[in-house]
Amino acid sequence: MRGNAAEHELVAPGSLPAVLDLLAGAPGQWTPIAGGTELMVAFAAGRLTASKLVSLWGVEELRFFDTSPDKLIIGAGTTFSDLRSNPIVAADFPLLDKAASWIGSIANQTRATLGGNLVNGSPAADSSPALLVYDAEIELISVRGKRCIPYREFHTGYKQNAMTADELLYAVHLPRRFANHRQYLRKVGTRRAMAISKVALGATALLKDGAIERIRVAAASLAPFPARLGKTEAALLGHRLNPSLIETARNALLAEAQPIDDIRSNAQYRKSVGANLLEEFLRALLSESAAK
Amino acid sequence: MSAATPIQLNVNGANLTVTVQPMKRLLDVLREDLHLTGTKEGCGEGECGSCSVRMNGDLVNSCLVPVLQAASTNIETVEGLARDGILHPLQQAFLQCGGAQCGICTPGMLMAAKHLLAYNPHPTMAEIREGLAGNLCRCTGFMRIFESVLSAARSTTQETHAR
Repeated sequence: MRGNAAEHELVAPGSLPAVLDLLAGAPGQWTPIAGGTELMVAFAAGRLTASKLVSLWGVEELRFFDTSPDKLIIGAGTTFSDLRSNPIVAADFPLLDKAASWIGSIANQTRATLGGNLVNGSPAADSSPALLVYDAEIELISVRGKRCIPYREFHTGYKQNAMTADELLYAVHLPRRFANHRQYLRKVGTRRAMAISKVALGATALLKDGAIERIRVAAASLAPFPARLGKTEAALLGHRLNPSLIETARNALLAEAQPIDDIRSNAQYRKSVGANLLEEFLRALLSESAAK
Repeated sequence: MSAATPIQLNVNGANLTVTVQPMKRLLDVLREDLHLTGTKEGCGEGECGSCSVRMNGDLVNSCLVPVLQAASTNIETVEGLARDGILHPLQQAFLQCGGAQCGICTPGMLMAAKHLLAYNPHPTMAEIREGLAGNLCRCTGFMRIFESVLSAARSTTQETHAR
């Protein structure tokens, strides 16, 4: 059954305060729609349950980069095309730049927004592993004011998040302290273009005297939502990097990952590939430190 | 229920007002209300690129744009490529290189190629592949389409692409 435009109200108040007033006036009644790359797919298929939608497209207060020496703040309405053409993203946050290039096609990247990717909350979200290993913070806004939470606490379950019904995702804060970290991000999908991940893994690390001084590992599609792999990180932190530690880390990931079987892949494959990706990163780190 | 609302668009240089439901897809407004049936529907979910048009200079899948979000924008469709009966250099190149077979992907391919050349007049083959990655073709095997875009890029000046 196809979607029927007459059954869905869509309004475009235009400014951020006007959108927030609308949300506050009827909490939970309005569904925000930005670039439509998710909700319009559901609409066309007749699966869109939201009957009242408020457009965020063209709300310029949500589409910005705010750069300071220690932070990059990215407005939630920033598109993946915007991310790909920002020089600070390319220089300081190359994993996010890479993830942005994976989002669908050019026509999807011009419309899909960073905030939309996070609020949609797909376990396979392309931008999530990068944001997790960069210690991103999420800034939420409502008529009551703004608040920040760590991104790793944003997703609370499958397609569930920490936002209240009157809140909008306002911005993503990225601390500019990862430039000297070794960084890794790889996505495995059916093909290179236009494919949703089967599994993706990101990591940032610092080595000191051959030991792992800092480590962050995050994955898409290894849990009901994109998440850091804290137990895998704990198995690595503070230890001397060697082949036996890599084996320990693989086993920690295999024990920690909770993937599912679905149309794109199955749990066994996702676990195996996740462990292989982690090993690929750690082997590169090892050969680099051996070369020093 | 939602009421039909007047929405202004500039389509291929012409200012128009359509009175439609705000959630109606831009694709359907172009085809049903404006009878511009060059823009095709393939998958209806942003995967195939058949419905590619340009909106304020951005390439978009018109199946994923509620028309309210296109209000007051400039829309370019495949119908705007040829001028006064003279084909756009990309259309000419597709003809010469065999870039079109059954034709259903062709309007989207042309718009995605036009978008690519607008920002990158002399793309490499890799850049062409990325620029057209969101447009599926089930006939040609893509090589003749890529060659068409290369040929158009070689044979024309930047001013031609800007038109």
